[in-house]
Order: sequence, then structure tokens, then C-alpha cells
Amino acid sequence: MGIDRRKFIKASGLAALGLVSAAPVRLFGQHDSNMVDTTTPASPPSDGKPLVGNRWAMIVDLKKCLHEEGCTDCVAACHLTHNVPKFDNPKDEIKWIWKEGFHGAFHELGHKHLEEHILHSHVPVMCNHCDSPPCVKVCPTQATWKREQDGIVMMDWHRCIGCRYCMAACPYGSRSFNWRDPRPHIDKIDPNFPTRERGVVEKCTFCDERLAVGKLPSCVEACKAKALVFGDLEDAESEVRALLAEHYTIRRKPGLGTNPEIYYIV
Amino acid sequence: MNDKGLIIVGLVVFLALVAFPVWYNVAEGQADYVPELEIPVGVQECVMETEYMKANHMDLLNDWRDCVVRDGERMTVDQNGHEVEMSLTRTCLGCHTNKEAFCNRCHDYLGIEPYCWGCHVDPKEVQ
Amino acid sequence: MIEKALYGDKKYWGWLILLGAVIGVGTFFYLRQFSEGLGITGLSRDVTWGFYIAQFTFLVGVAASAVMVVLPYYLHNYKAFGKITILGEFLAIGSVTMCMLFIFVDMGQPFRILNVFLHPSPSSPMFWDTIALSGYLGINALVAAVTLSAERKAVAPPKWIKPIIILSIPWAVSIHTVTAFLYAGLVARPFWMTAVLAPRFLASAFAAGPALLILLCLLLKKLTKFDVGKEPIEKLAVITTYAMCINVFLVLMELFTGLYSDIPEHVSHFQYMFMGIGEHTFLMPWMWASIILAVFSLVMLLVPKLRRNHTVLAVASVAVFMSLWIDKGMGLIITGFVPNPMGAVVEYSPTMPEVMITLGVYAVGALLVTVLYKIALGVRRQLLDH
Repeated sequence: MGIDRRKFIKASGLAALGLVSAAPVRLFGQHDSNMVDTTTPASPPSDGKPLVGNRWAMIVDLKKCLHEEGCTDCVAACHLTHNVPKFDNPKDEIKWIWKEGFHGAFHELGHKHLEEHILHSHVPVMCNHCDSPPCVKVCPTQATWKREQDGIVMMDWHRCIGCRYCMAACPYGSRSFNWRDPRPHIDKIDPNFPTRERGVVEKCTFCDERLAVGKLPSCVEACKAKALVFGDLEDAESEVRALLAEHYTIRRKPGLGTNPEIYYIV
Repeated sequence: MNDKGLIIVGLVVFLALVAFPVWYNVAEGQADYVPELEIPVGVQECVMETEYMKANHMDLLNDWRDCVVRDGERMTVDQNGHEVEMSLTRTCLGCHTNKEAFCNRCHDYLGIEPYCWGCHVDPKEVQ
Repeated sequence: MIEKALYGDKKYWGWLILLGAVIGVGTFFYLRQFSEGLGITGLSRDVTWGFYIAQFTFLVGVAASAVMVVLPYYLHNYKAFGKITILGEFLAIGSVTMCMLFIFVDMGQPFRILNVFLHPSPSSPMFWDTIALSGYLGINALVAAVTLSAERKAVAPPKWIKPIIILSIPWAVSIHTVTAFLYAGLVARPFWMTAVLAPRFLASAFAAGPALLILLCLLLKKLTKFDVGKEPIEKLAVITTYAMCINVFLVLMELFTGLYSDIPEHVSHFQYMFMGIGEHTFLMPWMWASIILAVFSLVMLLVPKLRRNHTVLAVASVAVFMSLWIDKGMGLIITGFVPNPMGAVVEYSPTMPEVMITLGVYAVGALLVTVLYKIALGVRRQLLDH
């Protein structure tokens, strides 16, 4: 029998009252006196208070990203933070964020006379944290679900039965399965983040564990070109909204109605 | 049908075999063996009373897991109202630094293999 | 009643031992897969379902096809099927059991399978499929047990079983429809997103299932003294013929829509299936074999004179079964994943352990069907002797 969380808290007495966590900071917003400086979005707020948003989204500025040809800092940082294993056999591969050829990422948009540097470019792709995620709809155990408060498509590795229906349902190929025990294939295990077991599906979770302690997603932090911008779409003052208003942006497979929340400035 | 004797003999042999681990330990003089667990030094108390933790730590951990993973709540308060993070590796192993001599020793004795460690990592093991 | 399965001749026991050995080998490889992970299969990040799910899909059809004997017998009082209805129901039990085992061996975390019930998710077709399949297994087991034990006592089956038998008819349709919905609603897989998938599943099921039943009846006639007679076999042959024609028709509909519209995302899948893409041609020979077998079987089935010859009928039945096994199993499942959503072609072919585990599951099904048929024939023989 699981104990009731409320009971647990009650049992600890009313002393808890004084300890209710401080009001969360609204990232890039002006709703709080602890407002974060909007001019340097890539530097994480370091006070440790959770970053809270109503609809997280990310903008990939390909103009800046493609400038750093062959750079994979975002991939390396993400995979290091999350104990993502490296397999030599592509069949067993696991990736949370990776660089996909432009034609693969946007293959309904490509044509052979595209600008040369775009045609042969590789663009960062990851879970799109769709507004209507097809993976969530098909999961038979709610092991993957969309978090109501901020729209992150989450994964519960304790609950996943490994049926891989979500992988069949994802139109972006953003999900990976642990075909083998990942531990022996992780270069350097960070004990602050769990590894996974064989037999479960995993993917990017917008670094929910870092947002909870006031840090930006690790790919955003690692990008030296500052090409990745993370923020709250519901906040009219956020940098992501400003970028969307200023630039023409595209999304992957918009026609499917999944409403991806990763936007690309071409 | 007069196999009564045979059946009784069979049952006795079966019970003797099933209870073999018990006889074996008695014979070895290990019948009253209790694993000695290493308790953290310099720390007065756990997040809940010791008796409660002995009996219910697995439920508490399940509950913590659901709070953190499903509800996105990471902090709770302990028996004295101090705020603690609901984290196996940071909070529990933060005090019980010797997983081998605490968690494993008791679980091994009871023949329990919790699946926590399939994913969660003892910081000492990776160093 | 069950004790009937314990008395048999050498052939019977030899067959069971052989099946037991295959199950043993399958279990050995499953334990390996269990400890090493699904990495020992040919599945990959791009082709996430393969041989196991293909068998599952195909066998749901075989299970559903029991309705093709149950419906004429109970709804239209077609007496000639009286002798084989129980065979159809027992075949359904064996097939659903295999379906469940194939799902089980495909799971990454099989011991968490109860999570499907602990955290029910009505938005997932898999949730409904679980309910549909277990319900169908229950219904068939109940109906078969009740009608057979009534037969043994030489009394009419109790009245209350009739509504359950009637319920089994729409339920059979539902298992294959819901199984088609597993695939047909996925925006990520244009190849499966077709409204004729469920009708096509049913048509192919009503061809493959009766074809198998014909083969089993012919086999029983040869191996035991149990002869179902000419009429039911000919009727089953007619059912198979119609269903196969409808199936081929539906496949042609798919081809027209896919190819004439010429949308690259649709065409590329058909291209991979029948032509291969670049050097990736694993499926191509299989798909052509399926087509040839389909045409070949239709020629034999459509000519009444040929169809009435039991040798020809047996060959035609094998051809129907194999053709659909390829088309609906490997063809349908693998092609859905190739090319992947990024347009890249990553091929899949089953590995040796995967094939062994699959054979093991089939052996479990064969064992179950053998034992159940043994019981049914035992009851019948007892009645004749009295």
C-alpha cells in the first residue's frame, strides 16, 4: 500500500507552513520582481528557483546554427547530462537531440534548387513537444503524457512497458528504445540523473529536471552560437514571442496537426 | 487405495527438502543471524521515524517517485518540518553514503532485488 | 473431458514431444532475449515492430475467422457446419493465445504488462485491443466448453449460451477491426492510414482462417477416422474463394489510391515493397511470392471443378495461407516503417533468435489446438461407440 502523500505531509506537522517554496520566477517575463534579464537569455538564472512557464517552446535560429558548421555541442551536452549511451551499431542507437539532414527534417519542403548551404545543412532536431502529441494518445499506460501546466511531453520510465507504440506514432522519429542495457555504453555516468534500463522508450523532456532547479535546457546552455532560444509562448513579453513576431519560422510537418513547439528560423 | 503410508512419507520428505535452508542455517549455527547495517554517523534522524522507515520505506519511495515524476513536485517536508528533496540518490544516499552496507546488505539477506538500481546510480559506484 | 487428451497413440505423443522440443528451443531464446534485451532481434530505432507483431496481426485474423463457421451454423441453422463449429472455436482459442504470446514476447518490460489495466488509457487502441482479445478468448473458451460438454451428455446446450454465441459474432469482427485501428490512425505512417485497412483485414482473415480450417479437416481425415464430410469442406472452399477475391480487390484499391495520387510519402512505401529502394530489396521477393501465390490460388479456387478436388483444394489452401501470411504479416508491418518519417530507408529482417522464438510460439498454439482437437474428437468417438 502506498502512503498518501497528504498524510505524509500532515504527519510532519504544521512546521511546513513557513517553508512553502518561494514564488516561482516567470522566465523572461515581467510578472515578478525577480525578473530575469531578457538580453542574455542563454545564461541561466542561478538562484535555483524553478523556471515556470505555461507553454514551453524552443526556437532554432538556423542562420546562427548553420554558421557553426559541424558543431554538435548541443548534442554532446544533452547526452552527457542525461546519461545517453553511445552504441556503435546504428540499430541500437539512442538520441534525444541530433543533427538531421535538412532534407530529412523538412523533406516535404526541400527541392533540389534550394540555397546550397541549406540544401546540404544539418539541423538540430528533437522531441517537438507537440500540442497534440500522437505518442501520448496511443500510449496504453500513460507512461508518456503531456504536462498540463507547461505542455512538456513527459516520460515515466518506471511505467513504460516497452510496447513501442509511441515510436510508431511519432511522425518525427524523436523516440528511442533501449534495445540493450545502456549502462555499459555510457562514457561517463552522471549520478544526478538516472540511466535507463533495457526495454523502455526514452526521449527529450525539455530538461524538466533542470527547469525545476532554475536552469535552462542543457542544449540551450551549451550552444555557443546562441541559436537555441527557450521560453514561454504564453508570455507575450518573452523572447520566443519576440523572435516569432520578427522572423519567418517553419515547423516540421505542420500539416499533420500535431502542432510542434520547436520553431525554425530559416 | 491404501497409499496412506506412502503419501505421509512423501509429504515429510517434501517438507524436509523445502525447509532445507532453515535446517542448513541451524546446523551452521547461523539461525539467529541478522545483518548488521551501517547507520550514518553524525546524523540524528531520518526523514521519518526509524520504525516507520523500516516498515514503509518502499512505499515512501514509490510515493516520492510519483510526486516527482508525475506531478513535478520535488520538495517535501520531513518529520520535523524541514524541507527535503524527494530524491533517492541525493537525499537518501546523501546520509546513507554506504549503499553496500545499508541497502544491499538487508535486501540481500531478505532475497529482495529492488529495481531502483536498474536506473538510479549510487554516486560512489561511478567514481 | 480433459482426460481425453491423455490417451493417444504413438503418433500423437510423438507430435506432442516434437512440439515440446520446439517450445523448449523457443523458450531458451526467449530467456536470452529477456536478459539481453530486444537488441538480439533485427528491430531498430527505425523499424520498431517486425516479425512478432506481424504474426500477431495475422493470427488475429485466423482467430476472427471462426465466425465464418459459427455464423452459418447458429444464425442460419446450416447443419453441415455442425461437425466443424467446435474445430473453428478451438482454432480461435489457439490463435488468440498465440496473439497474446506474440504481444508478450514483443514487450520491452513484459513484467509490467499489468500496467495496461492499472493505468487504463481509453485513448489508446492498444487498450481496446487488449479488452477485445481477452474477451474473445473468454467467449470462445466458454462456448466451446459448454457446447462440447452438452454434446458429451447427449443433451441440448443450455439456453443461456445462445446469446453468448450470438455475441461472439460481432465480437470476432471487433477484434480485427480494433487491430486495424492500431495502425490505421497513425499520422506518422501514411502507408497504414487507409480506411480500407479494417475491411481488408477482415477479408484476408476470412480467407486465411477457413483455408487453414480446410487443411486441418483434410489432415484429420487422413490421420484419424474423423471425417467432416464433403459438404462443409466445399462450403469452406467457397467462403475462402469469395474472401480471397474481396481481399485482392481491396489490395488493388490501395494500389490505385497510392500510386495514382503519386504522393511521394505514399508511393515510396509501395516502391519499397515491390521494387525495393536502391539496394534495399529485402521484401521484394517475398511480396512477389505473395502475389504469385494469390493469383495461383485464385485460379484453382475459382474453377469449381478444380476446387472440388481435395488435393487441388489443399494446394490452393496452402497458397492462400502463405500469400496472406506474407502480405498481411511482414508486408504490412515492415513496410509501414520503411522509409522512416525522415524519408530514410533502414531495412529490417528477422534474426535467428527472433525466428526461433516465433516458432516456439507457433508450437504453443499447435500444441493447444492438438490437445483441444483430441478432446473434441474423443468426445465424438465416445458418442459413436455407445
